[in-house]
Amino acid sequence: MAEYKLNTPLTDEDIAQLKAGDVVFLTGTIYSARDAAHKKLVDLLDAGKELPFDLKGAAIYYVGPSPAPPGRPIGAAGPTTSYRMDSFAPRLYSLGLKATIGKGKRDEATRQAMQDYTAVYFGATGGAGALLSNSIVESTVIAFDELGPEAIREMKVEDFPLLVINDSHGGELYAVPDRKAAGIE
Amino acid sequence: MRTIQTSDIIDAVAKMCVSANTELPADVRGKLEKAMAEETSPSAKEVLRQLLENADLAHETKLPLCQDTGLAVFFVEVGDDVRIEGGNLREAINEGTRKGYKEGYLRKSACDPLTRANTGDGTPAIIHFDFVPGDKLKISFMAKGGGAENMSRVTMLAPAQGWEGIKKFVVNRVAEAGPNPCPPTVIGVGIGGTFEHAAKIAKRGLLRKLDDTHPDPDIAAKEQELTDAINALGIGPMGLGGKTTVLSVKITMEPCHLASLPLAVNVQCHSQRHEEVIL
Repeated sequence: MAEYKLNTPLTDEDIAQLKAGDVVFLTGTIYSARDAAHKKLVDLLDAGKELPFDLKGAAIYYVGPSPAPPGRPIGAAGPTTSYRMDSFAPRLYSLGLKATIGKGKRDEATRQAMQDYTAVYFGATGGAGALLSNSIVESTVIAFDELGPEAIREMKVEDFPLLVINDSHGGELYAVPDRKAAGIE
Repeated sequence: MRTIQTSDIIDAVAKMCVSANTELPADVRGKLEKAMAEETSPSAKEVLRQLLENADLAHETKLPLCQDTGLAVFFVEVGDDVRIEGGNLREAINEGTRKGYKEGYLRKSACDPLTRANTGDGTPAIIHFDFVPGDKLKISFMAKGGGAENMSRVTMLAPAQGWEGIKKFVVNRVAEAGPNPCPPTVIGVGIGGTFEHAAKIAKRGLLRKLDDTHPDPDIAAKEQELTDAINALGIGPMGLGGKTTVLSVKITMEPCHLASLPLAVNVQCHSQRHEEVIL
C-alpha cells in the first residue's frame, strides 16, 4: 500500500498508478454532487447543453454538507453512500471524469467503467464529517442552488485524505462478508 | 395534574437536536475505544481513530459529527397526569426541531418523496407517542441518517422459521449492507407485533445504551449471539475488514398474531446519535 499526493485535474498517469488500498492526499478543486444534482447533470447532457463544470480530469465528491456556521467555509462534509449514483457514474467517467469520492459499494457497470476509462473510486471515512471539513478551505455553490444541501459546489481542498477502494485495474478493497464464519451458510 | 408549557418543550427539543448531533454519547465512545484496542488491522484501527478524532473536533467546534444530521425522530411518553399548555404537543416538537436545526447549522434533509423538493426546515419530524402513568413528559430524540436507514428492512417470516430464520435474516441483511451504512453499526431488531409495529420497536430499541444488558436473560443471550455472528462476517469498520462490524444489537420482542412472525432490522450508523429529556 503506497501513499500519494495528487493534484487536480487528474491525469490518466495519476490514476493508472493507483492500486486498491493506496492512500491519497488530494489537493485542488473538487465538485460536490449527489442524487438530485446527478439527475440534473444527466438531463443537461441529454439536452446537449454544457455542464456547470468541466468533467475532464475532475473529481466528484458525493456530499451534501451541513450549513457553514459563521467563520467556516463549510459545515460537516463527510461522504454519502455511493450506490445511489451508480446509474449515472459510467456515463460521467466516459466523458472524462477521473474520480468519484464516497462510501460503500459500487455496482458492476461502474467498476467496469473505471477500467474502461482509467478512473478511480475513492473512499472517505463515513461519519467523519467534522474532521473531513478541515481539509476543505473554500466552497462556492456553482449550480442548482435550489437543491439546497444537494447543490453543486466547487470546493478547494488541501490534502484531502482518501483511500483507493476501486482502482482502474479491477482491484477492490472492501472485505467480502464471511457468511460461513457467521453461521448462516 | 401537572402543566407543561409548550415554550419549554420547544426549547428542550431544540437544545436536544443540537447536542445530539454534535456530541458523541459516552457509551458510544467507550465502544469505539474498546473496538480500537481490539482491532489488529491497521486500516480498521485508522478508521476508528478518525471517528474518535472527529468526535473531539465536533465537540470543540460545535460542528455536527456527520453532515447527515438526519430526519428528526422522536419517541414521546406522555404521562396521564400531564396537561400541555400554550399549544399542541406535536406542533411544539416540530417547532423545536425547526429551531434546533436552524440555530445549530444542522442539515435540513426532509423533502417531498417524489419531487424531492426540500421542506426547508427539517420538518415534519417523525413522532411516536405513547401514554404512560405519571406526571412526566419524556421526549427521546434520534437523528436518523439516510445512509443507514436505507439498509433497514421489514419482513414477515413464517412462524416455523423461528429463531434460526430470524438470525439468518438479520445477519444476511448486515452482510448485504456491507460498507454502505458506515459500520461499525448498531442494529435494532424488532420481533413480533404487526408489520408496522415490528419496525417501530426495532427503532425504539436503538434508544438503549450500547453497554446495557437486556433484562430478560434469554433475549440478552440472543443479542450476544447476533453480535458474535455479525462480527464474524469480517466486514469491519467502513467495510475495510476487521473484527468490529457491529457495536451492539438491541432486540425488542412483543406478542404477534398466531399466523405471523414479523421481523424488522433497523440499521443505525456508528454515531448512534440520540438523547432524551424528561420534563
